[in-house]
Amino acid sequence: MFPFPTFPEAASSIASSIDLLYLFLVGISLLMSALIFLCIFYFAIKYRRGSRADRSGIRHHSLAIELVWSGIPLLSFLVMFFWGAWLFYDAYTPPDDALQIYVVGKQWMWKIQHPEGRREINQLHVPVGQSIKLTMTSEDVIHDFFIPAFRVKKDVLPSRYTSLWFRATKTGSYHLFCAQYCGTNHSAMIGQVVVMEPAEYQMWLAGGPPAESMAQAGAKLFERYNCNTCHVGGGRGPLLADLFGSTVALENGQIVVVDEAYVRESILLSAAKVVAGYQPIMPAFQGQISETGVLQLIAYIQSLGGDSDSAQP
Amino acid sequence: MAAPGPSQEPEPREHYLNASYGIRSWLLTKDHKRIALLFLASITFFFFIGGLFALMIRLELMTPPGDLFTSATYNRLFTMHGVIMVFFFLIPSIPAVLGNFLVPMMIGARDLAFPRLNLLSWYIYSIGGLFTMAVVLTGGVDTGWTFYTPYSSTYSNSQVALTVVGVFITGFSSILTGLNFIITIHKMRAPGLTWFRLPLFIWAHYSTSIIMVLGTPVVAIALLLVGLERLLHIGIFDPRLGGDPILFQHLFWFYSHPAVYIMILPAMGVISEVITCFAHKRLFGYNFVAAAAVAIAVLGFLVWGHHMFVSGQSMYAGMIFSFLSFLVAVPSAIKVFNWTATLYKGQIVYSTPMLYAFGFIGLFTMGGLTGLFLATLGVNIHVHDTYFIIAHFHYIMVGGAVMAYLGGIHFWWPKISGKLYPEGWGRLAALIVFIGFNLTFFPQFILGYLGMPRRYHAYPDEFVVLNVMSTAGATILGVGYLLPLVYLIWSMRYGKSAGSNPWNAKGLEWQTTSPPSTENFPITPVVTEEAYNYVPEPIGHG
Amino acid sequence: MAESATATALAHQFDDLEQQREAGYLGMWTFLVTEILFFGGIFTGYTAYRALYPEAFAIGSHHLDYWLGTINTAVLILSSLTMALAVHASQLGRRRSLIGFLAATMTLGTAFLVVKWFEYAHKFEIGWIPGPDFAYRGPHAPQVELFVSFYFALTGMHALHMVVGLGILAVLLVQARRGRFSSEYHSPVVVSGLYWHFVDIVWIFLYPLLYLIGAHH
Repeated sequence: MFPFPTFPEAASSIASSIDLLYLFLVGISLLMSALIFLCIFYFAIKYRRGSRADRSGIRHHSLAIELVWSGIPLLSFLVMFFWGAWLFYDAYTPPDDALQIYVVGKQWMWKIQHPEGRREINQLHVPVGQSIKLTMTSEDVIHDFFIPAFRVKKDVLPSRYTSLWFRATKTGSYHLFCAQYCGTNHSAMIGQVVVMEPAEYQMWLAGGPPAESMAQAGAKLFERYNCNTCHVGGGRGPLLADLFGSTVALENGQIVVVDEAYVRESILLSAAKVVAGYQPIMPAFQGQISETGVLQLIAYIQSLGGDSDSAQP
Repeated sequence: MAAPGPSQEPEPREHYLNASYGIRSWLLTKDHKRIALLFLASITFFFFIGGLFALMIRLELMTPPGDLFTSATYNRLFTMHGVIMVFFFLIPSIPAVLGNFLVPMMIGARDLAFPRLNLLSWYIYSIGGLFTMAVVLTGGVDTGWTFYTPYSSTYSNSQVALTVVGVFITGFSSILTGLNFIITIHKMRAPGLTWFRLPLFIWAHYSTSIIMVLGTPVVAIALLLVGLERLLHIGIFDPRLGGDPILFQHLFWFYSHPAVYIMILPAMGVISEVITCFAHKRLFGYNFVAAAAVAIAVLGFLVWGHHMFVSGQSMYAGMIFSFLSFLVAVPSAIKVFNWTATLYKGQIVYSTPMLYAFGFIGLFTMGGLTGLFLATLGVNIHVHDTYFIIAHFHYIMVGGAVMAYLGGIHFWWPKISGKLYPEGWGRLAALIVFIGFNLTFFPQFILGYLGMPRRYHAYPDEFVVLNVMSTAGATILGVGYLLPLVYLIWSMRYGKSAGSNPWNAKGLEWQTTSPPSTENFPITPVVTEEAYNYVPEPIGHG
Repeated sequence: MAESATATALAHQFDDLEQQREAGYLGMWTFLVTEILFFGGIFTGYTAYRALYPEAFAIGSHHLDYWLGTINTAVLILSSLTMALAVHASQLGRRRSLIGFLAATMTLGTAFLVVKWFEYAHKFEIGWIPGPDFAYRGPHAPQVELFVSFYFALTGMHALHMVVGLGILAVLLVQARRGRFSSEYHSPVVVSGLYWHFVDIVWIFLYPLLYLIGAHH
């Protein structure tokens, strides 16, 4: 209709649901606005000073009217709330079969790491029709991963993991934006999400420079930092096989789930949450292991067994 | 006939403007009316500085690449635009100018409860303003007016500390104004003036003052902690020390959401006064409109997390904040319906203030409805931090609050200056503002849903047409704002004499001379009737 | 009716002394509410971090001087007593007692600040100042540094309020010596008393939160 775009493409499983809710809101807004604007126009003209309209029987209040015009909006607001909360819950809850991909944001680029090993900068290749879960962290300030065509967005925080999930429904190339102001080149922290047919995606994964998988890289780090001197049985450090996703009791009595956040904290600030029965002798690797390195170690620990679909960060 | 004719009343010989002369009599005044004018001068200055930055932003955004300014400069432009407009224009505007001038007069008092605190409030504002000008002149600040950590506390290389000190100081100006209004309204009403006979302007300012007094200290602390982190390297929000950047967001928004009600409630108060006068009719649903003001103030403190739905805050917290945000929309809707109903069977006059009021109702309605989009969790994910938000809050702040401010300035100009402004120019300017505003900001809703993020210096090519429309609108809007500056100043010298009540309005402020004497009323009035006790004129009066 | 030497001029905006006095009281109470929100903001931050890092906060607390904190608490509570007695004296028009109690309150307030000075100086000596050179390197060091940051923010803000309070008391003292107050007019003393008590109460909250974490003495 217009020679320029006025409505974004819908390329994910949730996009059209969000658009439907959006159009419902647009409809209600048009209705309400039209009602008010028409009333104002009509009254302003009919009851302009000097007009001969009938002004008898003026009332200055009416409980009934107040209740009606409070109640009807309130009811429609409740519809909006529940509908929106429902979609929000969906957006927060990745399906069990979601493929995991890792994102590290830093001023001013996106570093993306596929578990099989392929890495990319400012681009995210994904297969169409497959649920993808992004686990994300920042190396510096707060960023935000935003794919308008998929209607998904999530802040990316330092020292924490956040996640979002989507399932692309159309192949193509879509905008990726950083949507949390992060400094000088915030508007340049953009890229493309490239959705491919599954077979193409597999080929793409296998292509590129030879790279080890994240778990393999993690295993190398595990050796390099001598983690196996303690995490090997003998009581110095907990065994890591089948650990990921289980719950452990800490020294102070708290029970925690061994998820990405806990593993990250145990590596970087190791004295923070020591498992009951162990001494706080593990060195803290803050400043020595990068966020990417931590993600690789997490992938390695996940590969040692356990439930990878544990707590959502 | 909208324009009042020049008054036959003799102009008062002595009034608050000529009671004493010399700069000391102004800089050391305790008269709330003079202090209101001191504020008028200061906030007008900051409005045009902030507006200049806005124009520069829109010029850059006329083309997709960032080719007019460097990104470093652009980031400073939008930050300073926000800081100045929020803290140095919108928050003080109606309360410190119209509120200061009118609150004592509307309740039949000679001044506010604490005149010296009132003057101190202006000095504190001005000192904060000086810090801000110092920031402008020494390289600016680039954190966004929201100062999110750890960018603002650790990474930014701009004048963060200087800015937060300026805002911190100016916050106390707000607190003192609010405190003054609360005590004045409680303790100094004229005999017979019960709470439910008060003009809604007073209810609005009372509710606003509650927010000012309760909310401002929290943002003061949030900014103080950021300042301490910058200056003394104490890492309160530094994630490398285990600090939580989301804690900052909670502390910041706990004030900054209620702050938007500080900006809109007084505007709503103005609209109630203008509509009743120019419909020549009592307000429909007075009790509900008064209660709605208080409800907005209270509920407004409970919804701050709706700025943080995608921040990493828990999903359930998001749901609670979403629900409460829908609740707070109800009292605003109630007000809009009651104003519209007030027009029914009125005697409507299309004066400049009334045109601004019509504009307010339309634009505030649109801004408020788009707030529902933002409260809706599923949609918020998509439009958060895009131009949709920018459009939403400009509809409320500019389409709402600024139009009400201009409407109020025009409405009470005769009382403040004793002169009439030229009505033709007034109406023309109102129309230009309305058209310019919509052209500037409506395209931004579309841009936002398309996915154009906010605070972007450069953008993908497909967004250019809507951006050009927006910039065109901004230029028109700028013209619309310059006109009143010119003709209002012109009227101070050449305007026709107004008389005490050129609009035939109810309200105690209109029962005394224009301009008023320093003491406002020769004898304290006694109130015996309801607010807005307009008697319908006989049919056919023309 | 002849105005006594101690009667004050009614400010022009008020109709009578009673209205003026009530406005003053309501004004001070409202101001104190803003102060509650102000300190409340820092307390919120403190509480959030303490819940996240209980061990680190305990370590930080144990490194504070428990005895100096307790002495200061006693000093402040005593100063609130002398302030209350000053208000009482002003209500009864007893000028000499008023002056004496105001002076006592100021002395105690100053003593508090002197003790605080020693505490801060000691922190400075042992390098317990937040920043890149923070001296503690033991377990949970970054979060201990967070605790110390809050220690300085909270006690620093409080000390600033004490200094302002001392200034107010000094003004009152000068006015009392000039015979400004009487049994008819003493609301500035009452209102300043409210402020002083508030600053005291803030300390009553600070003290256990900062000094007494896991104290087993």
